[in-house]
Amino acid sequence: MNNALFESLLRLGDNTLVIGHRVSEWCGVAPVLEEDIALANMALDLIGQTQMWLGLAADVEGEGRSADDLAMLRDVWDFRNVLLVEQPNGDFGQTIMRQYLFDQFHLLQLQHLTQSTEDRIAAIAQKAVKEVTYHVDRSRDTVVALGDGTEESNRRMQAALTKLWPYIGEMFAADAIDLEMATAGVIPDPASLRADYDAATRVVFADAVLTPPAGDFAHGGGKTGFRHSEHLGHLLTQMQWLQRAYPGARW
Amino acid sequence: MYAQMVKSEASQEDPEKLAAFQKRIDANEKIEPKDWMPEGYRKTLIRQIGQHAHSEIVGQLPEGNWITRAPTLERKAILLAKVQDEAGHGLYLYCAAETLGVSRDELTEMLLDGRMKYSSIFNYPTLTWADMGAVGWLVDGAAIMNQVPLQRTSYGPYARAMVRICKEESFHQRQGFDIMMKMANGTPAQKQMAQDALNRIWFPALMMFGPSDKDSVHSSQSMAWKIKMNTNDELRQKFVDQTAPQAEYLGLTVPDETLAWNDEKGGYDFAEPDWSEFHDVIQGNGPCNADRLEARNRAWNDNAWVREGMMAHAAKKRAQKVAAQ
Ligand SMILES: [Fe+2]
Ligand SMILES: [Fe+2]
Repeated sequence: MNNALFESLLRLGDNTLVIGHRVSEWCGVAPVLEEDIALANMALDLIGQTQMWLGLAADVEGEGRSADDLAMLRDVWDFRNVLLVEQPNGDFGQTIMRQYLFDQFHLLQLQHLTQSTEDRIAAIAQKAVKEVTYHVDRSRDTVVALGDGTEESNRRMQAALTKLWPYIGEMFAADAIDLEMATAGVIPDPASLRADYDAATRVVFADAVLTPPAGDFAHGGGKTGFRHSEHLGHLLTQMQWLQRAYPGARW
Repeated sequence: MYAQMVKSEASQEDPEKLAAFQKRIDANEKIEPKDWMPEGYRKTLIRQIGQHAHSEIVGQLPEGNWITRAPTLERKAILLAKVQDEAGHGLYLYCAAETLGVSRDELTEMLLDGRMKYSSIFNYPTLTWADMGAVGWLVDGAAIMNQVPLQRTSYGPYARAMVRICKEESFHQRQGFDIMMKMANGTPAQKQMAQDALNRIWFPALMMFGPSDKDSVHSSQSMAWKIKMNTNDELRQKFVDQTAPQAEYLGLTVPDETLAWNDEKGGYDFAEPDWSEFHDVIQGNGPCNADRLEARNRAWNDNAWVREGMMAHAAKKRAQKVAAQ
């Protein structure tokens, strides 16, 4: 097995799995009906992408595991998502800020992945990039609207940005796995996406009348699996419960 | 049936106009928003469509309860898509109600403060994954029974909303039955979950059609107006006739010892649900009434700042546009 490839696919699939799960937690209790529908759409896209990424990861691993096995039967330390996506929903402002911060990265990442030297990755990225183009349009517009809305909505969006700010850096931190895969042209070097990300987000924060916090401290440990936040375990407790409680059952 | 016990209003209008209106209905003409209609017709429809819309919205909660615990990625996607459809149904129906001169926000306020009802079925809890099967199979199944004839209802916007909704409901019922098949043919624990779900949901599903015809005081005017197309008992019978063989096919036992095929009437005999329980639920004393209303109120109140923020931003944009012209 190509371990770096397997790890990279887990990183892609776990990001979409975990943030898709978080978004699905909003089902039925969103601020307006249109938002219920839009959040469900986004969660559906992300679950679909997860099936493709983790399906490919399972293929690459070649040990007979399925995408569902990977999603439902790994423990916290085997997850490879960035810390940003496992952060709790908080209020709607925190959810939509988290979404925008991730979507903007996700789009840049996928745009490069459509050029991957690994055909199966390029094919998945081709499909996902269309969906995520739409996600980023929506989350960006919502961040701008709420930032530039009322005093209260601005205050809440600023609080969300301040809270999530230290989780941006991890998306761009390259490690040996990233570099090995980047050299082979399979994935982009995440650090190379940072300038475009900063340029795009700067405009959005200005339109949204939000002040980016000073400092560039970044938490880490999610994508390497070294140290997730406490939140991931609770998410898995719910998501994996049936598969864990009734091993071997078919659903 | 998502609209239970909708009280119909009598109309004290010009008898000639009323007769002409009834003639249009009898000729199966569609009534459109700009047409003259009796006040009672309008009010009854608002109540019925509103209650139906609220049912779609509150109906997201019992199934939403399992989205984060769905056992596979595919099941999660199917369930999420289904619940999303229900939100869409709510949207179509609120739009249909708006053509009668009541806004979505007004209707929502009436749901939240308890002035308007939603179907009693959504005041029951979903306790195991098999409930996702049983709800799709029985609850969406019962909804279809009611909604298919409503595609021919006299009010144009309502009838058209029903056409769109019915297309999606049959998918809901199929996915529910598919879950039941998996569970009923699964491990002993899964089979037990399936039977337990049927035990709990059978009678509440029968209640969805509303009280027995002999106690159903509001039906005749609504039927004359073709707002209601069949009596409660007709639909309930049809539902049992369709569902009992499906339960047998699944190898599950309907929790009714009196259930038996009656050759003479060409349908099943079956026990009536406990109507005192039904009235308790309608009065607000179902197992989940308080939870459901609290969840809807919280979603509405806690997120008021989002709606206000969006509106304030839209107003600023409009002002900028005007200033630029
Ligand atoms: Fe529906
Ligand atoms: Fe449905």
